[in-house]
Amino acid sequence: MDIEKRIQELRDRLKYIQDIFGADENTNVTMLDAKLGEYLLREPGLTEQEAVRQLETLEELFRFLEKKLERELTPMNRVRIVRHPQRICLKDILENVYDNYTEIGGQDDYSIDPSMLIARAYITRRRGKKIHHQAVMVIGQEKGHGQEFRNGGSVKPWGNAKALHYMKVAETENIPIHTYIFTPGSYPIEDYPGAAQQIAKNLYEMAGLKVPIVAVISEGGSGGAEAIGLADTRIMMSHGYYSVISPEGAAAIEGRLRGGQRAEPRLIERCAEQLKITADDNRAMGFVDWKINEPPLGARPEHYDFFRKLRKSVIASTDEIVLGVSGMRLFRSLALKRHKGADVYVRWSLNARAKERLLWTRYMKYRRMAQSAYLDKRHWFSRGSESIGEFVTSLYSYFRYDLFGKQHKKVTELAEDMHAEMQVVVGRSTRYWKGLMSKLSFGKGKKEVDTAGLTSLSAWDEAAQNNGKWQYVSPQAKKDRSVTCPNAPVHGCLDQWAPDLFGEWAGVCSFCGHHFPMEYQWYLHNIFDPGSIYEVFSEIESVNPLKFDGFDLKLDEAKRKTGHKCGCMTFEARIEGTSVMVAMFMGAFRGGSVGAAEGEKFIRAMERARKKQLPFLSYVHGTAGIRIQEGVNGVIQMPRCTMAVRRYTEAGGLYLVLYDTNSYAGPVASFLGCSPYQFAVRSANIGFAGPGVIKETTGMDIPPNYHNAFQALSRGHIQGIWDRREIRSNLVQSLQTMGGRNLYYR
Amino acid sequence: MIDVKDLLRELREEPYEKIVIRAPHSGRVEFVVQEPGTKVAGASGTWKETSGTLLARLEREQNKKPLFAPQKGEIMSFAGIQSGQFVQAGQELMTIRHFLTREEVIDRILRRSLSLFPAPEKGKYYFFPDVDIKIKTKGSQTVHVEDGMELFILSRMKRETSVRYSGPAGIIYAVYFETNDSVDRNSPLIGVCPESELGKIQEVISRVQSDWEERD
Repeated sequence: MDIEKRIQELRDRLKYIQDIFGADENTNVTMLDAKLGEYLLREPGLTEQEAVRQLETLEELFRFLEKKLERELTPMNRVRIVRHPQRICLKDILENVYDNYTEIGGQDDYSIDPSMLIARAYITRRRGKKIHHQAVMVIGQEKGHGQEFRNGGSVKPWGNAKALHYMKVAETENIPIHTYIFTPGSYPIEDYPGAAQQIAKNLYEMAGLKVPIVAVISEGGSGGAEAIGLADTRIMMSHGYYSVISPEGAAAIEGRLRGGQRAEPRLIERCAEQLKITADDNRAMGFVDWKINEPPLGARPEHYDFFRKLRKSVIASTDEIVLGVSGMRLFRSLALKRHKGADVYVRWSLNARAKERLLWTRYMKYRRMAQSAYLDKRHWFSRGSESIGEFVTSLYSYFRYDLFGKQHKKVTELAEDMHAEMQVVVGRSTRYWKGLMSKLSFGKGKKEVDTAGLTSLSAWDEAAQNNGKWQYVSPQAKKDRSVTCPNAPVHGCLDQWAPDLFGEWAGVCSFCGHHFPMEYQWYLHNIFDPGSIYEVFSEIESVNPLKFDGFDLKLDEAKRKTGHKCGCMTFEARIEGTSVMVAMFMGAFRGGSVGAAEGEKFIRAMERARKKQLPFLSYVHGTAGIRIQEGVNGVIQMPRCTMAVRRYTEAGGLYLVLYDTNSYAGPVASFLGCSPYQFAVRSANIGFAGPGVIKETTGMDIPPNYHNAFQALSRGHIQGIWDRREIRSNLVQSLQTMGGRNLYYR
Repeated sequence: MIDVKDLLRELREEPYEKIVIRAPHSGRVEFVVQEPGTKVAGASGTWKETSGTLLARLEREQNKKPLFAPQKGEIMSFAGIQSGQFVQAGQELMTIRHFLTREEVIDRILRRSLSLFPAPEKGKYYFFPDVDIKIKTKGSQTVHVEDGMELFILSRMKRETSVRYSGPAGIIYAVYFETNDSVDRNSPLIGVCPESELGKIQEVISRVQSDWEERD
């Protein structure tokens, strides 16, 4: 009986190895298969003693070759390990790492989203005679060893909303959060609260969550991972992967495949290698803090040593975060620094000052990431002078807005109050006096009423209506041809002459109002005051940090074509005399994708706007998502930029987002989607994943207008739709009516 | 009432629908499909979002407009216009022969042989409770209707109105609406046939279902 069990175990191990190495020809795997086969043939004729002896030899061979195979693992093998049904899952961790837990809001498939698991867990620690129960909120994706209803850990928007809800609960209860990332990516549907918009909300809230957060990454797939991944300490399992996109997705993009075509395994393998997705790569690039070594060929539920190691790591990480921001810590910090998992006791609740320090430490941690993934070619002299300039700006800002501004505000408020008080007293006596005078004056001094203004028709104000006199006219208007509106079959729009359509009508169909795409230059010249644009941070340049094959050429081509060094242009400009800071994402530069350079420019622009108390506008001429060729350097811009947004809005700014043409994926799911004031130019498309990806991953058929701005408005993702010709006046209105307290013009 | 057997004979003699493709406006035409007999596909997808086969392009003021096949079928004939020739709006370009499917034949027979009662206004329609029970238990073909009979309840915006049937007397052969679905004005609610014709219609329908050969 015992022999049969052991043989079955070897069979399972062999099956697992074969799954991991897939169709690749591997002599070690073939040898294991052959040896096990031979043993099974021999075994019925052996004595029990001999059978046990040979089985032990075979087990030893398995152990030896597993270690050997471990050294041969390719990134794609690791991807197969984390996706394997035998891979440890969150429930195993709850059972083995924590001393006690209660699952919140779910029992198997009876849950709002069974792929997101929340649990209140306890870690019990003994110090001398005293026992401490330390509460933790555990949040993570649950794959359930391949249970179908878990959706492979692909969380729906409402699952992420549930996670956020319990993060806030943890904050209220002042207990740390441990998140476990086991997701290939988020479930890409737009139903409320929307895949992208909910991830953006999660990131925004996590940026300001005043409790320690530890994230453990096993399978970190892009936006789905970021939804619960913005942590103070990020630990990665040695056989896990953390990537901007699945290798298959990257291969489909690289191979320009459409309509369900499959990429070649070799291309997928090459993409997996080039994306630098392994724990070692991510550790080397600084995106994760620690790596936990797993047993050969990855941790499975029977590897109890691994759970012990994981327990020590999460406890030590939480201790370290708390000690890093709390007051009395000297000896315990030293002990932890010398030995990870040192046996010290740390109380995990934070006081008010520690909470503030925690947020600042978190912000700085992400601010320092991906610094080598862009190019800043400025000469040391210009860097120095710009630093001095920034210092002067900060100083000026301090004196104008903090020192003088606050006093000025206090005096103004006091004066306002006094004036209001006086009005009540004076108003009553004045009314009495006026009433008396009017009785005595026998109707004299009556005001002249402007009857002409009320009765005559208003005149056509040519200047206000622009009348086709745009500052910039699209080159599309210079072609003598007619254009057909895409809505012609539905609305019966007639063909329009291009010089009219792209000139006077600003690319808007005069029959149905469809907005034809216009160049970003049109917006630059027709929205902002003439000559007011002052570009900043233009030296920051996109590069190829992962040395992705052929990407240098593509980047050079984009730079040559657009005349810009990256896909984001940051500038200060004026609208009706009010200065605004603008980050513009250009669809013409690599599809408006966001990489390290774009993220860095965005953050610097945010910081500049905060210092100068300027309102901030993100104008998205088009963005296809995060730039996959930069790997995690790109995806890390999601938390980085969102944290900058939070810091800015909390300082009392106004963050406006205006979507045009097509805006998808990572940027919408982070620093764009977190704005409370998001607007779209009519005919824009906004979403998380394109129709092809949705069909591919969910099997759902997507209507052609699924991502249309009106749909986004109906779902509550955006706050309004603007006509292109009215953007300027709408922006003026927004600047006057929206935003926080600290805008310079208020 | 028309003779359904004659109608079926007519359909068998010409088991297709002719679709004439005309120039939507004046311009220079450039044919993509050039051979008579070429198979073409119609618009497809849940929302007909995928266009059919590209038949030709019509260029006016440097704006090349594609002309797609509206239905599945084959090119029957061209109207003798050469590629590159200037055509006027409405001018015939080609004819597509769309072979009728079994469902389309049945639909044509029913629409021509039955008396259709349209929805007088948009709303949700229900049968009167006694009729409803009869339809659910014994089938719609057991219900006899007469002109002026109270047959439907129209429910719209928190008001319910009874609707009387008007038309020739007979039995309900087909019900074209679903309970709880909103029905547009003038969409058919039921198809009625005289009791004497029922057998004949049923026979023709079953013959179509078993014998009609669908062609690509």
